[in-house]
Amino acid sequence: MGLVDCIVNWGRIKSPWILHFNSGACNACDIEIIATLTPRYDIERFGVLLKGTPRHADVLVCSGPVTFQVEDRLKRIYEQMAEPKFVVAVGTCACSGGVFKGCYNIKGGINTAIPVSLYIPGCPASPKAIIDGVVKLLESLEEKEGKE
Amino acid sequence: MHNSDEFRIPIGPQHPALKEPESFSIALKGEKILGVDIRLGYNHRGIEKACEERTYIQDMYLLERICGICSHSHSTCFVQAVEELASVQVPKRALYIRTLIAEFERIHSHFLWLGVAGHEIGFDTLLMYTWRDREIIMDILATLTGNRVNYGINTIGGVRRDITDDHKRQILEAMEKLEERINYYIQIATQETTIIKRLSGVGMLTYEEALKLDAVGPTARASGVARDVRKDDPYAAYGEIVFNVITDSHCDVYGRTVVRLKELLESLSIIRQLVNNIPEGPISVRVPRKIPAGEALSRYEAPRGEDVHYVRSNGTEKPDRVKVRAPTLANIQAVKQMLKDRQLADMPIVVAAIDPCFSCTDRMVAMKSEKGASVIKWQELRNYSIEWYKKHGVDFTELNKKLA
Repeated sequence: MGLVDCIVNWGRIKSPWILHFNSGACNACDIEIIATLTPRYDIERFGVLLKGTPRHADVLVCSGPVTFQVEDRLKRIYEQMAEPKFVVAVGTCACSGGVFKGCYNIKGGINTAIPVSLYIPGCPASPKAIIDGVVKLLESLEEKEGKE
Repeated sequence: MHNSDEFRIPIGPQHPALKEPESFSIALKGEKILGVDIRLGYNHRGIEKACEERTYIQDMYLLERICGICSHSHSTCFVQAVEELASVQVPKRALYIRTLIAEFERIHSHFLWLGVAGHEIGFDTLLMYTWRDREIIMDILATLTGNRVNYGINTIGGVRRDITDDHKRQILEAMEKLEERINYYIQIATQETTIIKRLSGVGMLTYEEALKLDAVGPTARASGVARDVRKDDPYAAYGEIVFNVITDSHCDVYGRTVVRLKELLESLSIIRQLVNNIPEGPISVRVPRKIPAGEALSRYEAPRGEDVHYVRSNGTEKPDRVKVRAPTLANIQAVKQMLKDRQLADMPIVVAAIDPCFSCTDRMVAMKSEKGASVIKWQELRNYSIEWYKKHGVDFTELNKKLA
């Protein structure tokens, strides 16, 4: 790995930028994600910043099952993100479809539309679980860096 | 209509100002808004239909997940309708606990709204402050119900968890802390010149318009319409509680802020009365799995306004029909009126001021022609759109292959 790659990867691990996308969730996971970003849990102390556009983001945080109407949009947002990119599925619905599995407008979990790197179950996933998940994702990046 | 002066801005489905996937198309002339088109359906999951395939108990948990912010509202509203059908007398203690959770939910929802409103006008400090204080309520909800959101405390015929003397003490202590914070926010909202100037006169909805467009909840109350299901048609324990319906005559976003802040103080007083007067006794009664045939309509004052559930039973374990009218569906009509001839920059705060919840609201549209209803399968519709775009020179085949 060249010096520039090393610095970029270090930056990625120390400050991953996230994009939050609601693909048809009930808002519960969304408010827990916002709660994770606000003072009590304050995930910003790990350098995690919420961004407005997929082109700036390293990690796509998805909540909710994939509805048929949102599916194409979700794929397009994933396409717009720069490599390397990671997808985190927050909540049981995002992992598998949850209680909405079998509804006529539901395709399934996030993995039915785009590849997922990390699953955080829970209905809704608590802020503590989300932080734990993010740390695990960053640890896996560090290990990857060590191998290369 | 498309003319040369008009300029269209698409907002959503993914946009930093939106928390939920919704698509707005705004017609502008300069900075002035001429009209707004809303494209719904990104969040539509088909819950009403799914209810018909599940038992009443399963439906309760499913309906709770219509919306994570007012989850207790939906589950209580449904449970009330089912209890009416089954002619069950719910124990008093259970009604008090339900009301208690309902008021906690109102406080957490209004705090959440205040933070979001602050964010929309660029006052992010307010967002961080309110979300920090909101955690006090979240802790209590987690202690009482076992979950921070989607409490699952209701069951048909009562509630699932009792509250102890220890809980009561914790609640009263937290209320002290919250009262101090709420008074501080009221002071900010009524004295801080920046907030008053930014919110006054924005998103006007007069008394007559609010009545005509059938606004509900804080949106209607801020236009002087004293409409509150808790007072008009008391359910649960509200008949035994003393409280005021807060109204305001500002008719704008500022009025809506004041109404919500003052409602927080009312909620605190309701909670204190509930905790001090909660009767002893059982917390639930047994209800048979099969609900007698009939139909029932239940009303509930959710934090955002009146929530209506209609349940029709056919005498089996599963309902024949469940219909939900969430408060945002009633209020969304008023947004068009509020935005007319306003500046583009006012749009985020005006939309946020009704406290919209699109996961409650999203509906599916069925088109009917004169020959009768026609059903197009999803795949057919997709093929049709692919062909249509090909005809117009856009081809996504390569991209699709890459994605597959």
